[in-house]
Amino acid sequence: MKPFQKIKSIATPLDKVNVDTDQIVPKQFLKLIQRTGFGQFLFYDWRFEREGTPIKNFILNDPKYANSKILLARDNFGCGSSREHAVWALDDYGFKVLVSTSFADIFYNNCFKNGILPIQVSVDVLQKLFSTKSEIEVDLEEQTIKADNISVSFHIEPHWKKILLEGLDDIALTLQHEAEIVKYERSHKI
Amino acid sequence: MNITEKILARASGKSKVSPGDVVFVNVDKVMIHDVSGPGVIAVFEKLKKKGMKIEKLWNPDKVWVAEDHFVPAADKISAQNIVSLTNFTKQFGIKKHFKYGMGQYGICHTLSHEEAMVLPGEVYVGGDSHTNTTGALGAFAAGLGHTDVAYVLLNGKIWFKVPETLLFKLNGKLPDHIMAKDLILKIIGDIGNDGAAYKTMEFGGTGISEMSVEGRLTLTNMTTEAGAKSGIVEPDQKLRDYLAARGATKYDEVHGDADAQYEKIYEYEGSEIEPTVAKPFSPENISVARDLSSIELDKAYIGSCTGAKLEDLQAAAKILKGRTVKIRTEVLPAAISIFRKAMDEGLLKIFLDAGVVVGPPTCGACCGAHMGVLAKDEICISTTNRNFPGRMGHVESQTYLASPLVAAASAITGKITDPRDLK
Repeated sequence: MKPFQKIKSIATPLDKVNVDTDQIVPKQFLKLIQRTGFGQFLFYDWRFEREGTPIKNFILNDPKYANSKILLARDNFGCGSSREHAVWALDDYGFKVLVSTSFADIFYNNCFKNGILPIQVSVDVLQKLFSTKSEIEVDLEEQTIKADNISVSFHIEPHWKKILLEGLDDIALTLQHEAEIVKYERSHKI
Repeated sequence: MNITEKILARASGKSKVSPGDVVFVNVDKVMIHDVSGPGVIAVFEKLKKKGMKIEKLWNPDKVWVAEDHFVPAADKISAQNIVSLTNFTKQFGIKKHFKYGMGQYGICHTLSHEEAMVLPGEVYVGGDSHTNTTGALGAFAAGLGHTDVAYVLLNGKIWFKVPETLLFKLNGKLPDHIMAKDLILKIIGDIGNDGAAYKTMEFGGTGISEMSVEGRLTLTNMTTEAGAKSGIVEPDQKLRDYLAARGATKYDEVHGDADAQYEKIYEYEGSEIEPTVAKPFSPENISVARDLSSIELDKAYIGSCTGAKLEDLQAAAKILKGRTVKIRTEVLPAAISIFRKAMDEGLLKIFLDAGVVVGPPTCGACCGAHMGVLAKDEICISTTNRNFPGRMGHVESQTYLASPLVAAASAITGKITDPRDLK
């Protein structure tokens, strides 16, 4: 996994609560056993008509957000099924940062296994990010989010920060670093 | 320490743990099914490509496999996935593979208790979000993503942050027209979809002591819908009897200490719980059934790990006996063992006489994958656990979540119906 770099991008504002993993990757694509290429199925039932024509008023189909690396969403993002395909699809599509007021637990953990940074912020901060017209800059090292109308710091568990910054998501690497992770975590209790 | 803290302490070799501590725990059991299994295989393939040798699992005797989401095989790809899963279990020497069409099989969370695959005091993880269900057996049970499951399969360990625990006390027995489903919907309505995010929901009190093990399993099953890491009930004689009937008598129970700490304690009076329904598109969006009596339905579904255990079928049969359904109604027992008991007790005849179709165990329609999905604008009342947009079919279909009693009563009238109002 590549180390997580500073991200500067326009953010895609998905104005929905309780976006469950079945919206992120609908069940009909769970049968596919490869781990890559799920980006094309991301938000499939919201993005496409039955014949595969893009639904114009869905935010991901707005050309303005075509190269967006940051996704904003309302409460409880990633709830529902534990399918890791949801994170694989977000990653494959190009999202590297997710910002919400809350994330579902299993989904949240799955993000770090795949090099995606989920950031939990307050309702006020999220609202400001939704209304910004500028690009948003996310600096994991500094734990900051900056845009033209806001500059705030965010919280992340130390071991998750380390895993992302050093690209340690791999099972094999995690194994080697098990003792270190425990030690690191103990010395960085919040 | 409470029961969850004590299980995690024991499994990580510590004398004491507190909420917020990170612990590496030894896992006792791990489960994969026909969605998470192929997901894990994909993770293994990625690791192999990177040069990692994967020749054996940490302990194949502690791994078990279910075929539930896409059986009977929904199409060519799902048929192929079952073949991949079968090859996987053969390759790694996993003996407990519950195969469709070969005796006992069913929904993974149902097999976990029907087959006593998990025992009190154990740490159990599975590649499915409703793994929480099995916490009703006095175990720590939590769902994981595919990468984490792959890690456990190779190492037998996983780390957890010790969760805070919310205690839900039920005072007094639930009335006859009320089921565990009504209570858990009420609770989720009160605390919200993420009200227990990364927390344990423990259930206790006199009402829980009075409640059957199957009822408790309904409660823990739906803790997932409140965002909980796990759900749990302390072992008691009812659980011991339940497990003994399934051949399990040797295990090491864990109980919370007298001075166990909880982040918060919620109290519910059994006599005050109403028949409760969750409206589209979220389990927290609740209403009492009587307030929804004008909602016209297209289908009633009695199935899934939440609502097709033996007692759920008995409850539905009590309502359906001697009556005829007004809307399309399906009953799918959650495991073959339950199917057989329903047959032996004459429940299947009651269903067929009422006009209901009875089908094989599967997650198919509950997750909208196959075997009876909803069309655009169709409205279903269901004993399942989720009603997000498109959960049971078309993204513009609607699902109301209810107890088997409410679902069966609604099947008779074609509208959402409180079982007490049935003529």
